[in-house]
Amino acid sequence: MADNKIEIRNLYKAFGKKKVLDGLDLDVRKGESLVVIGGSGTGKSVLIKCIQGLLVPDCGSIKIDGKEVVGTKEDIHQKMGMLFQGGALFDSLSVWENVAFRLLEHGNVSRRKARVEAIRVLRQVGLAPDVADLSPAELSGGMQKRVGLARAVISQPEIIFFDEPTTGLDPIMADVINDLIIESARGLGATTLTITHDMASARKIADRIAMLYQGKIIWSGTVKEMDKSDNPYLRQFISGSSQGPIKVEV
Amino acid sequence: MGKKGIISFLQALGKPLVAFITNLGYFTRFLFKSVYNCFMPPFYIKLFWRQFINIGFYSLPVVGLTTLFAGMVIAIQTYSGISKYGAESAVALVVLISVTRELAPVLSALMVAGRIGAAMAAEIGTMRVTEQIDALVTLSANPFRYLIAPRVWAAISVMPILVLFGDVIGIFGGYLVSIYKLDFNPANYINNTMTNLQTLDVMTGVVKAAVFGFIIAVMGCYHGYRSKGGAQGVGEATTNAVVSSSILILIFNYLITEIIFSR
Repeated sequence: MADNKIEIRNLYKAFGKKKVLDGLDLDVRKGESLVVIGGSGTGKSVLIKCIQGLLVPDCGSIKIDGKEVVGTKEDIHQKMGMLFQGGALFDSLSVWENVAFRLLEHGNVSRRKARVEAIRVLRQVGLAPDVADLSPAELSGGMQKRVGLARAVISQPEIIFFDEPTTGLDPIMADVINDLIIESARGLGATTLTITHDMASARKIADRIAMLYQGKIIWSGTVKEMDKSDNPYLRQFISGSSQGPIKVEV
Repeated sequence: MGKKGIISFLQALGKPLVAFITNLGYFTRFLFKSVYNCFMPPFYIKLFWRQFINIGFYSLPVVGLTTLFAGMVIAIQTYSGISKYGAESAVALVVLISVTRELAPVLSALMVAGRIGAAMAAEIGTMRVTEQIDALVTLSANPFRYLIAPRVWAAISVMPILVLFGDVIGIFGGYLVSIYKLDFNPANYINNTMTNLQTLDVMTGVVKAAVFGFIIAVMGCYHGYRSKGGAQGVGEATTNAVVSSSILILIFNYLITEIIFSR
């Protein structure tokens, strides 16, 4: 379909004998916020790593703007931003150098201009300019997520990936991060793909939710549709019950 | 041995063999990618200098101490070994040759492998397990050019300087023992050293140093880059980096010595 930003067909990825993605199909429409939910170890991270070329799928097709990206030599990351689960900030660089990394690498801008721009984006995510010269190790978990978010959005990407954006945060900070995600994505008009198992976060930021189970998308729809759905897997996941069709491997 | 016994024996043999060949494949690919990206722009000069100072300047004390004592030991051993033949004048020559050809390059490299190879594996390994290497890729930076090339270039270029420094200190160690312990004449000792000083001996050490620098950086980076599984994985990567580079240093030391001197 022409209005799909990301189109995934028949994606397979296995590690040894463990099949992680097992013929996965998924569409992300232009400008929408899609949240993929699923239990730990169901392959959510593998999915976004495959889209970004960090992992090579065993077979299948991933198209971005209609162009195949599996095995491509083109730099597909120019139009992407990513907020990692643990922040993945570079310890050897200061906060502002982290945020301005892409500008310094590819933007042909002076360090002074890059710093000004980094501080502007840091402000957008609610951080004061005096944080700019600190090292990432000096920041709290919530602040690191904000810096990670600033780094993801500074180059105004068309697609932003959020890997468990609220994991490890207290509920209030998690909500602040959710708000920032919504604001930044709307401000840029970006397409976002979030993976999470935090249902509060999913409800808040999703235009559409898709559930990943045993390597396939087993359900997708809006938040309203989700609440009405009688899919037993989805119901069990939302209610957080240990009883149901989803068996946790122990 | 029955049929089952043979099969289980072959299985026991095959598993580590397959693992070895797989790892060899990964390493070969890593090696080619590293070398290729060392010659590809962009070149991160600032990162190169940071590594250069880290490997070179901060290793001076440990290299100095190691070669000093090595030179001192060689002087005593040579004297005690050959004094009965009345050839004390050979002490300066033996110290000179053994320090410049072997002791300074090998001991410096082993020390730097412990200090820097381990640090490289730990730093890159931590970057791997905290997804910083993935973050580099998503920010359109090639990890081989950003992380590995500066370390490889820095190690190759700074190790020869460290070894030249080690040569001077090692020979000085031999001098100290010869003069203050063995009561040699200082002027004669210096004269013996200077007349026997050969470009080939010093250059052998320098060539070895550059090769050892390459080994230390590549093994440190490789084990860090391939590490997984959190703190334990990084710990294993660090140990493997030091052990493998130390072994390779000793193997290549023999190979280079044979190429140069077995004619």
